[in-house]
Amino acid sequence: MSTMTDASAADPYGDENLSNDRIYTVSGSDWDEIASDVADHHFERVVVNMGPQHPSTHGVLRLILELEGETVTQARVVMGYLHTGIEKSCEYRSYTQAVTFLTRADYLSPFFTETAYCMAVEKLLGITEQVPERAQVIRVLMMELNRISSHLVWLATGGMEVGALSAMLYGFREREQILDIFEMITGLRMNHEYVRPGGVIQDLPPGAVEKIREFLQIMPKKIDEYHALLTGQPIWLKRLQGVGYLNLTGAVALGASGPIMRSAGYPWDLRKAQPYLGYETYEFDVPTHPDGDCFARYLVRLDEMRESLKIVEQCLDRLRPGPVMVEDKKIAWPAQLALGGDGMGNSLEHIRHIMATSMEALIHHFKLVTEGFHVPPGQVYVPVESPRGELGVHLVSDGGTKPYRVHLREPSFINLQAVAATCEGGLVADVIASVASLDPVMGGCDR
Amino acid sequence: MSDQPVGQPSGAPQLSGALAETAETTGGIVGRPSTPRPYGGYFDHVADALGAAYPELSAAVERTVVDRGELTFHVRRERLLELARQLRDAEELRFELLSSLSGVHYPMDAGRELHVDYELTSMTHNRRIRLEVSAPDTDPHVPSVVSVWPTADFQEREVWDLFGVVFDGHPALTRIMMPDDWPGHPQRKDYPLGGIPVEYKGASVPPPEERRRYA
Repeated sequence: MSTMTDASAADPYGDENLSNDRIYTVSGSDWDEIASDVADHHFERVVVNMGPQHPSTHGVLRLILELEGETVTQARVVMGYLHTGIEKSCEYRSYTQAVTFLTRADYLSPFFTETAYCMAVEKLLGITEQVPERAQVIRVLMMELNRISSHLVWLATGGMEVGALSAMLYGFREREQILDIFEMITGLRMNHEYVRPGGVIQDLPPGAVEKIREFLQIMPKKIDEYHALLTGQPIWLKRLQGVGYLNLTGAVALGASGPIMRSAGYPWDLRKAQPYLGYETYEFDVPTHPDGDCFARYLVRLDEMRESLKIVEQCLDRLRPGPVMVEDKKIAWPAQLALGGDGMGNSLEHIRHIMATSMEALIHHFKLVTEGFHVPPGQVYVPVESPRGELGVHLVSDGGTKPYRVHLREPSFINLQAVAATCEGGLVADVIASVASLDPVMGGCDR
Repeated sequence: MSDQPVGQPSGAPQLSGALAETAETTGGIVGRPSTPRPYGGYFDHVADALGAAYPELSAAVERTVVDRGELTFHVRRERLLELARQLRDAEELRFELLSSLSGVHYPMDAGRELHVDYELTSMTHNRRIRLEVSAPDTDPHVPSVVSVWPTADFQEREVWDLFGVVFDGHPALTRIMMPDDWPGHPQRKDYPLGGIPVEYKGASVPPPEERRRYA
């Protein structure tokens, strides 16, 4: 621990007006010294900077907390540490290439960003109706599996942050099975770029359906295990019940959608309210809870996993053979992928076709890959229900082959506005539980 | 960030190269004419209810555009706040949730280069509409709607940070994505991407912003 009384001299970010304040720089477990020093000086107001490098602030989130004793009087959020200009970068790539960037925004639920963006492109193109049914079912299937894996990471990290270490082991163990399914289907565990404008890039490989069915057998028992492990556990209840309270009025005013709004008792789910991709034909419930605290959010998320399992099962039952990309060859990506000796790539048959037999096919392939397809001018806003709430894509086209503007309405970003409302007036220790219950993913938040 | 040019804070931007090319061919996205009635679906009902709740509607709304099943009211910025209150509170409207707020920079839309889009959701009636306001680059001021929808707080800060729109009445309009001392507003069209050429097998691939645009 180092102590600084003359702030402006040593701290480059120090304010001259703070020169009467005492600054502690802490990098280790010497909190006892600080606590006793603060007590000796009878400081009533302490400002603590938490993060951006802190194990329990979910990535690079930074919180500035003003404390009186152990009570938080003010909580402020600082973000932007993971801002990579994804929206700007998309403006310089073709509509298909933009998926490569957007899948990296919210790295825990990439299928939702991909799907929302591709649905926006399809809406601008006016081909929403032409997306084959099989592609739509696969999108729903992947999104619902993704919802489970995202909630599992929330359970794992959130549990770990309040001291339930076994929750972390359980959560990541089951998530691994979902990632295995994703790897089998898309080739990657994350950054899938699987959903493309017009459909999905390739069909499910042989064995995928069986693997998912296997998972459907296992997962309900695991959710029972989580309940047995945590739901009645006294420490878990003490850490979560009555903590991080946000009622419905607060949630609507702050725009906190998804599980946060549903944990305040309002069954607002875009899959039911404004269905897309045929969600109106699936049978599932929208879990809610009246309490509006961290424990309510925990229960809502566990119940949502069960509902997602139901939807995944229905998806598998209604998978019918058919194309997974629109028929229009002016939009559908020309590559015909196949598994070769050196991994996934263009099928040899397709390469032979464009290189040896058809000059027109070669020109078409080249044009579509380098130039892309033109999208008629206009703007659309397409929302989907992501694990964190309403994920919206505001897409503007100027008629060219690159997006004029892509804006992500990121639920992580919006929901973090609830930090002050849920943390102020509570204890420092409860800040951890409250922020975890909002489930922010900084990759999505900062974009 | 040493010698890199940065987005200019004010004044009309000088377009060059690919961007100017784009500007000439983008007649379709800005200045769309009003859609004649009927708009279809619940849009007519929303427009009627808004007219009833706010009698000076024709003075506040420049154009009403229906495109791809979405309704957009192009609102004069000085009337935005009054209109927003009516949209939130009137019994027949109840747009209680501001889903999304985002900026778009249209350098070719002379005198109204900066646009701000508000995606409104009525959970009571299960409807969506969009408001769009514009401001010139030389006077980038738009009234803040934080007093109507508190969720606009971070989103307006983001649009200020990335586009340079000043939201008058915002409680603390500071940067949110970029560092506090960052010069310029990165998502404006006159702000360069800052890419560098890449050498691959002896050939040089130009940075993305210098590659050809197919308008």
